[in-house]
Amino acid sequence: MMNKAEVVIIGGGISGASIAYQLAKKGLKNIVVLEKNFIASGATGACGAGIRQQWGTKLNCEIAKMSCEFFEKANEVLNYNQDIEFKQGGYLLLSKSIEENKQFKRNIGLQNALGIPSKFLTLEQAKEIVPILNTEGYFGAAYCEKDGHLNPFHTTMAFVKAAEGLGVTFLTHTEVIGIQVLDHKIRSVTTNKGVIETNCLVNAAGGAAQEIGLMAGVDLPLYSERHQILVTEPVDPILSTMVMSFSGNFYCQQVPHGGIIMGRGDEKEPRDGNINSSWHFLDEMAKTITQLLPPLKNAMVIRQWAGLYNMTPDRQPIIGPVDEVDGFYLAVGFSGHGFMFGPATGILLSEIILKEKPSIDISPLSLNRFKTGALIYEPSVV
Amino acid sequence: MKDQTIICRCSDITLEEIRDAIKNGYESFEEIKRYLRTGMGPCQGRTCMPLILREISRIKNQPIDSLSSGKHRPPVNAVSLGAIANQGGLSHDE
Repeated sequence: MMNKAEVVIIGGGISGASIAYQLAKKGLKNIVVLEKNFIASGATGACGAGIRQQWGTKLNCEIAKMSCEFFEKANEVLNYNQDIEFKQGGYLLLSKSIEENKQFKRNIGLQNALGIPSKFLTLEQAKEIVPILNTEGYFGAAYCEKDGHLNPFHTTMAFVKAAEGLGVTFLTHTEVIGIQVLDHKIRSVTTNKGVIETNCLVNAAGGAAQEIGLMAGVDLPLYSERHQILVTEPVDPILSTMVMSFSGNFYCQQVPHGGIIMGRGDEKEPRDGNINSSWHFLDEMAKTITQLLPPLKNAMVIRQWAGLYNMTPDRQPIIGPVDEVDGFYLAVGFSGHGFMFGPATGILLSEIILKEKPSIDISPLSLNRFKTGALIYEPSVV
Repeated sequence: MKDQTIICRCSDITLEEIRDAIKNGYESFEEIKRYLRTGMGPCQGRTCMPLILREISRIKNQPIDSLSSGKHRPPVNAVSLGAIANQGGLSHDE
């Protein structure tokens, strides 16, 4: 194993792979990504595979739009020899109250001003897009045709292969067990396979981001929360669009290979890192979806899994430097949307590390906001 | 065995594709599963898993009992969303 690196990135998920790729593309040499299991084995590989731009804060909209535009040409840009399976079938968001309709309209105003083509729909219009939808109990909908689906594993591998082509080293099955900080500066990283000296360290550890922060003596305002998913056997195309509701606590989408993926969260989850599947989830999910999309009652559930949302208090990510520790950077706390923000995370953090002019000013997303209290709450999360 | 022999019957994956995946660096059952969808079908890998482990063992020259068969995920058998939702009171139109 090498004993020195210009940059060490912790986490072989979408964020780590994307940051490594962008740094290498800008000419940086000797970049190492450390991954304790294999590529996309954590939160990235367990995610719901959805891509959307319908957010409630300006920065989330801008980051999502930048990422979506990257995904549209990612197979070519990254020169991937497989397919990242990008399908823009749209996202249909359902509202359960007059108040939520108002929130949707506020969000749509913001999104449209930023160039995101979302629109408000009546329930009749929603049924034209998803004919099998039972609209009982809902008040309205928001729709963006540019949202959709992406294969998390292949997308991450596309970044990894492109980064490797530019000289980046990915060390899998290599776990970080310590971080050495001296005079408020990053000095080295200790792994289960040896020590790597570096002055630049990126925490992109997803569900383990809090633990990595503590190793460098930085207590990040994060916790990881289990979210569960199930998938059905592949069936003929029946659902062209992602159907989702924040107040209804669900999302459901048919992926290109035919399986129907659905998930929901539970705020009462113990924060213990558990990623096992539960019967309770299966029961609640089946009841919700068979009422919402009745023909799916015949779809056969074949697999359940779970992953961790790495949550911040305002449900927006922390991207940027740590002022107290020179050379320590964060790409953490994505609160369930780290996969779909992956391309922008790489572009924006690489600009910060190399002190370039930022494409988007993301200084409000730095760790400092928790000291100043300038939180920017994101209303639109399942 | 011929290279075109189907190893994963759920996802129609051949022995050749499995061998190529291993040679391309996907060296465990879990990684090959994400790359080729082997073990993601209704059989949950009951058919392909031992065959894939044998190929990994042969190509990587590692004893088969040192290889992980990956995480086993529920449900054990495919079950319809309707049956789960109506447990205890089966609907009559099925």
